[in-house]
Amino acid sequence: MFSDCIDSNPSDKRDTRSGFGAALLQLGKRDDRVVALSADLTGSLKMEAFAEAFPRRFFQVGIAEAHMMGLAAGLAIGGKIPFTGTFANFSTGRVYDQIRQSIAYSGKNVKICASHAGLTLGEDGATHQILEDIGLMKMLPGMVVVNPCDYNQTLAATLSIAAYEGPCYLRFGRPKVPVYTDAQADFKIGKGILLKEGSDVTIAATGHLVWESILAVRELEAQGISCELINIHTIKPLDEYIILQSVQKTGCLVSAEEHNYLGGLGESLAGVLARHFPVPQAFVAVHDSFGESGTPEQLMKKYEIDRSAVMEKARRVLERK
Amino acid sequence: MRSVEEMRMLVTQTRRDILRMVHAANSGHPGGSLGTTEFFIALYHAVLQYDPAHFTMDGKGEDLFFLSNGHISPVYYSTLARAGYFPIAELSSFRQIDSRLQGHPTTHEGLPGIRISSGSLGQGMSVAIGAAQAKKLNEDPQLVYSLHGDGELDEGQNWEAILYAAGKGVDNYIATIDYNGRQIDGDTDAVMPLGNLRAKFEAFGWIVWDEPDGNDLNCNIQTLKNAKRSTGQGKPIAILLHTEMGHGVDFMMGTHAWHGKAPDDAQLASALAQNPETRLSDY
Repeated sequence: MFSDCIDSNPSDKRDTRSGFGAALLQLGKRDDRVVALSADLTGSLKMEAFAEAFPRRFFQVGIAEAHMMGLAAGLAIGGKIPFTGTFANFSTGRVYDQIRQSIAYSGKNVKICASHAGLTLGEDGATHQILEDIGLMKMLPGMVVVNPCDYNQTLAATLSIAAYEGPCYLRFGRPKVPVYTDAQADFKIGKGILLKEGSDVTIAATGHLVWESILAVRELEAQGISCELINIHTIKPLDEYIILQSVQKTGCLVSAEEHNYLGGLGESLAGVLARHFPVPQAFVAVHDSFGESGTPEQLMKKYEIDRSAVMEKARRVLERK
Repeated sequence: MRSVEEMRMLVTQTRRDILRMVHAANSGHPGGSLGTTEFFIALYHAVLQYDPAHFTMDGKGEDLFFLSNGHISPVYYSTLARAGYFPIAELSSFRQIDSRLQGHPTTHEGLPGIRISSGSLGQGMSVAIGAAQAKKLNEDPQLVYSLHGDGELDEGQNWEAILYAAGKGVDNYIATIDYNGRQIDGDTDAVMPLGNLRAKFEAFGWIVWDEPDGNDLNCNIQTLKNAKRSTGQGKPIAILLHTEMGHGVDFMMGTHAWHGKAPDDAQLASALAQNPETRLSDY
């Protein structure tokens, strides 16, 4: 059984960050508690429309991310729903202790929104290509971690985290990627989405790797390998049920993500398997290294987080069943 | 507002609370707590407007206070309890297992009066400024206050916040610096000289009030009131409160040694004898 997005070849390509920007504007119109903070990356985060429409509720903090996180916590104390916007690197590693103490431990309703995550920001290189952010954020008690896959899902996820009471980390990216999820689809935090049923191998992907996995599944199916494909847009809380249901049928798992294998989705899934139903698992992820300059396509190929890598890992994990 | 006589008794009782709490826990930070006792009593009993019986996180219609240098939790907890936020009997649970009175203040255990966790230094000013800006959005005329250690100003986030507050005209906010000149490893001049702090704040665009006698109750009240009168002029306000770490206990003054050390039984007895119990009673 193929769902629509497995079959389709969408001509529309958009960046996930634009989905965030569009949702932020919608939120601004519908709820005056929504405020936005930018650390001198308003354009990169696609927050200009919000800033123009709601100047009093937009806080330009300059290149001062640590201060921005505290400011957001303070605004949350005053009943606001703050959305912080900067690159993923500066949204997490640079400000980890501020998030830990002033937001997570303090239970503040702050939405940490992070663009340019992973290798696919491309030419800027490893200083900006954080591959550790999912791990950093998922380790914080009470933190929700969401990594949507395309424009529509990022838009829906942004609306969804606004309605959720508590700290959230929303991770999205820079490049334009196919728009293939249904714009009307319901987004539920913590609920994986079964994109295709299959019987030989389960592929659980997040973020930009969902599309790469769709491309891989098409080829694997043509080669006679029956794949079950799941979009895990929420790394925490993790939909353990959908994974266990699937691997009980297929007997093996490939996890796919634009992140270090240490600390990422794959590691969380390995924990689920170890605790409940051990089966072989292969990791499509960056293997404990920094990135480098290059185009997104070149980087995904070199660091083995593209369609070919998903196919290769699927074949290998099947041999271990 | 309480009478000055009552406030003086509160100062004494709070000092006794600090000493007894830290002694009972055999850990904690008496030095900065004792040094800022007059400030806390002046703030909570002559300046702040708040409703301890109906604590709300957003504190709409109330003044808010944020403690950034969370290690001086003993003076904060004692002040909050004696201001009516929770029973003073609970002070005996300081730093004990299953307590709301954690080593450093936190919202995590739901202790009324606390709106942010602090302890890792340098974060409170940003939070306080955010709360002040939320008050403006909410058209709430009440003010936001905060307290910071002078050593804490080593942390760079403060200077991001200091730049921001002036640049954005956050003029419903009063930050007080506990200017005792000492930090864990020694004098601030030896560890990391702060230079001319007044000139620094003024250069950033703040209104600065110097209070040379931060261990005088009336001076604290007057300076806080002066600072309050200078709000609403487009600039944030700083009070440089010159205090003596360990004030009120002779052997704890003149040194940084009591920053984070508990007195033994004999030292406690000596310290309490210098601050005799009043009719407001110990916890």
